[in-house]
Amino acid sequence: MTTILLIEQVLNGIQSGIMLFLMAAGLTLIFGVMGLINLAHGSLYMVGAFAAAAVSAATGSFVIGLIAALAAAAAAGAIVEYTVIRRLYDRDHLDQVLATFALILIFSEGTRYLFGSFPLFLDIPSALQGPITLPGGIQYPLYRLVIIGVGLIIAVGLFALIARTRIGIQIRAGEADREMIAALGIDISKLYTLVFALGAALAGLAGAMVGAIQSVQVGMGEPVLILAFVVIVIGGIGSIKGALVGALLVGLTDTLGGVLLPPLFATFMDASAATSVGSSLASMSIYILMAIVLLFRPTGLFGEA
Amino acid sequence: MKFRSIILVAGLAGASATGALAEAHGGKVKVGMITTLSGGGAGLGIDVRDGFMLAAKGNENIELVIEDDQRKPEIAVQLADKMIQSENVDVMTGIIWSNLAMAVVPAATAQGKFYLSPNAGPSQLAGKGCSPLYFNVSWQNDAFNEAAGSWANDNGINKVFLMAPNYPAGQDMIAGFKRTYKGEVTDEIYTKLGQTDYAAEISQMRASAADTVYFFLPGGMGISFMKQYAGSGVDKAAMGPAFSFDQGILGAIGEAALGVKNTSHWSKDLDNEANKKFVADFQAEFGRLPSLYAAQGYDTALLLMSAAAKADVKDTEAFRAALNEADFASVRGDFKFAPNQHPIQDIYMREVVKEGDVVTNKVIGVAAADHSDVYGADCKM
Repeated sequence: MTTILLIEQVLNGIQSGIMLFLMAAGLTLIFGVMGLINLAHGSLYMVGAFAAAAVSAATGSFVIGLIAALAAAAAAGAIVEYTVIRRLYDRDHLDQVLATFALILIFSEGTRYLFGSFPLFLDIPSALQGPITLPGGIQYPLYRLVIIGVGLIIAVGLFALIARTRIGIQIRAGEADREMIAALGIDISKLYTLVFALGAALAGLAGAMVGAIQSVQVGMGEPVLILAFVVIVIGGIGSIKGALVGALLVGLTDTLGGVLLPPLFATFMDASAATSVGSSLASMSIYILMAIVLLFRPTGLFGEA
Repeated sequence: MKFRSIILVAGLAGASATGALAEAHGGKVKVGMITTLSGGGAGLGIDVRDGFMLAAKGNENIELVIEDDQRKPEIAVQLADKMIQSENVDVMTGIIWSNLAMAVVPAATAQGKFYLSPNAGPSQLAGKGCSPLYFNVSWQNDAFNEAAGSWANDNGINKVFLMAPNYPAGQDMIAGFKRTYKGEVTDEIYTKLGQTDYAAEISQMRASAADTVYFFLPGGMGISFMKQYAGSGVDKAAMGPAFSFDQGILGAIGEAALGVKNTSHWSKDLDNEANKKFVADFQAEFGRLPSLYAAQGYDTALLLMSAAAKADVKDTEAFRAALNEADFASVRGDFKFAPNQHPIQDIYMREVVKEGDVVTNKVIGVAAADHSDVYGADCKM
């Protein structure tokens, strides 16, 4: 394997980590602040992708599609919080899992009812199409670099929001003690709706950005949801920094595991066995990573006990 | 999420339940269709169902019960039990996925029900596990890949990069390709089932010495891969079995799929009367272009009706003989059954082209004439 290919694969790993971060950031925000396990987060991701596909097909503009995705996912999030989620904060996690699982089914069948069973078309804008050449002669798709850029901007924005703004202080206070912050005269239920809508909008944005290079179809959110949960468990529940670091770790492990393990096994096994053992082990690598992290830091890398 | 059970009596004569209208030879046939109508991959089941219903439209001897398996083997098994025990169907059909077929078909045929496969042809059912009551009206899983291997030999493709998901059907497809392909395989990689991002694999393709990428990635996996591959600037030719390029998903890939070669036993531009009628009728009825799954559903219904017109389904031997004759005008042109009751048919090479605003397939040649599977040798019945 050449150095160039290795650098390219590291870039791929970072890029896949950033895509996961977009999804995990909203999830960890909701989980950390409100203590709610939201399985329907993947559905909000799907809502974003479908809104982007439908609106950009109608208007011909990817940017308008992106805005529609943010708006649709945030609106869906706010409605769901107001009608369903609100009743779940005081219940135990099993009730939350059941209720949000029901939401997955409702969202999936609702989307199928509206858009049909066939995948939708959503393409990246022509200005961002094709590869560009990086220093060292690496050809890399421009759109994926844009995803990395957007992800980093969102990460910085979220840090700033949580650490520097009044809302951020309220969110952190709500995380620590919801009764106390309510007693201090802050409308906690409004704050929760806001946080949930923000998390949903992040999921919608991720769905729209990622949907452009993947398949926009019913049920697209669930595989990502599982990975996003792995990310926030590794990073530490509720921590944005943890979500970023966890997402990058998962992205890099997943990508490099898939690339490096089969040739590694081929050095001491025959080729076809090495391919199948290596591929299988690569599929497990992120879960092994999660197990190791939890062994040494049961609350995750940046989690608080 | 259980799909509402529908009982459809094709045609208007449903009310005459006495059977007095049954034709001279055959009687009524009750068909149980278990297919995927919700969840991922629902487009395939919907196409099979629509194709079947289009062909059976107006035939008062076919009574159809449709259920949704949600692509879950355990649900398919429950539905099959229900159809066999309480609905008392004569013939079963509809299953899309090989793993579901393996869960349902052996049990159904063991209980004396005919099974006509409108999609999925696991090697087990073509070889040692073949049954006198099991007819495959689609293809054995390896067929498209063996044909693609032969086509590659004949068209100067010397170095290929192979990719498939790491699960039994993926491994079978790659094995099928390698069975006939004589050139060099530079890389062979197996991805996770359901993987959506192929950046790492595409980087490997860029670095590889191969001149062609051969891949099997059904459904959403194929859509994701093709879009990313087209955007990566890698200029190696892409090729694969038709499952990643059927009509239902070409719309989602768009122009990124243009020029891709894919093998199939059917294409909407095949020049025969039955196919022209099918394509026109399907578009008129459903307002979209048919996919190969719709063609298979259509042929399955034609086969069933041809047998029902000749023999009574209660007379198992006679009905089986009537099915074996395959006396119907297939949309694929010539269609016969091999001794293991799997198809002998031509496999074509298609290319993805743009016709007006629609991205679709065009036949560019025959990849394998009168193709039949290699497993039939192990079939003893």
